[in-house]
Amino acid sequence: MLAVSAFEIGAQHYFILAAVMFTIGATGMLLRRNTIVMFMCVELMLNAVNLTFVTFAKALDDSAGQAAVFFTLIVAAAEVAVGLAIIVAIFRRRQGVTADDIDLMKG
Amino acid sequence: MHAMLAATESFHVNAVLFYALAALALAGAIGVVISRNPVHSALFLVATMIVIAVFFLTLSAPMVAIVQVIVYASAIVVLFLFVIMLLGIDRQEMLAADDRKYQRIGGAVLGACTLVALIGMTVTNWQLGARTASRRGIEEAGATGDVDNIRPMARTLFTQFAWQFQVTAALLVIAVIGSVVLARRSSRPSREEVAA
Repeated sequence: MLAVSAFEIGAQHYFILAAVMFTIGATGMLLRRNTIVMFMCVELMLNAVNLTFVTFAKALDDSAGQAAVFFTLIVAAAEVAVGLAIIVAIFRRRQGVTADDIDLMKG
Repeated sequence: MHAMLAATESFHVNAVLFYALAALALAGAIGVVISRNPVHSALFLVATMIVIAVFFLTLSAPMVAIVQVIVYASAIVVLFLFVIMLLGIDRQEMLAADDRKYQRIGGAVLGACTLVALIGMTVTNWQLGARTASRRGIEEAGATGDVDNIRPMARTLFTQFAWQFQVTAALLVIAVIGSVVLARRSSRPSREEVAA
């Protein structure tokens, strides 16, 4: 265990903040059924992970952490584009985008 | 710096600033989850992302902070808002769906487990392996290893991760084509229309 000072902000503080933010996103993912809000919770989790990456980049003085953020960003953009297209396609068919409505792989 | 991550080393960030921003970020994150209206969720998401951009600035990553604001807080959230407005799913029937008790209990329990696991990981010492080649590459190229400017990051991205970078280009193209195909209005009638 590391001693964490409350006033000397270090990597530990950022990690704990990112952990809490990730947890809020994960819990929201489990609690909500509106698929769009679930997507936003995924974005929250990705942001928390990005914060961890950048914190590591700073703590280790290694720019690979910042480079990794760009890949996360690209994956997030692709995920949002495809995911929202799927939501639009589902909405055309059945006037609702609650996760409970989407229980079949076929249309 | 020692291979054991110096997690107790100070980043020289103002503690008051850090806690104020952390409170804002967490409030925004909670707002995303508990808002009944998806539009409010999206606006809370913008707030959270901008606060995270400020955190990136405090971590001496200005480029990442700028990209965060431009791509995340602008493009992605605008896409969310666009779909919400396009479909008009901020109507009432969407809002009553989130009310099952067992889902709340299960979600809370699993969320608590996640939090315990993640915090447990953060307060443990890591024995980190070798440095990534990026830092060596930067040092071999004669530049300083400092992450304050864009150059080391660009060097990492376009040399060590060049192959991955090109793969992400393919990924983006595929995603764009896929979303166009998915969202295109089909000329054939759907199953429900045939049934009716």
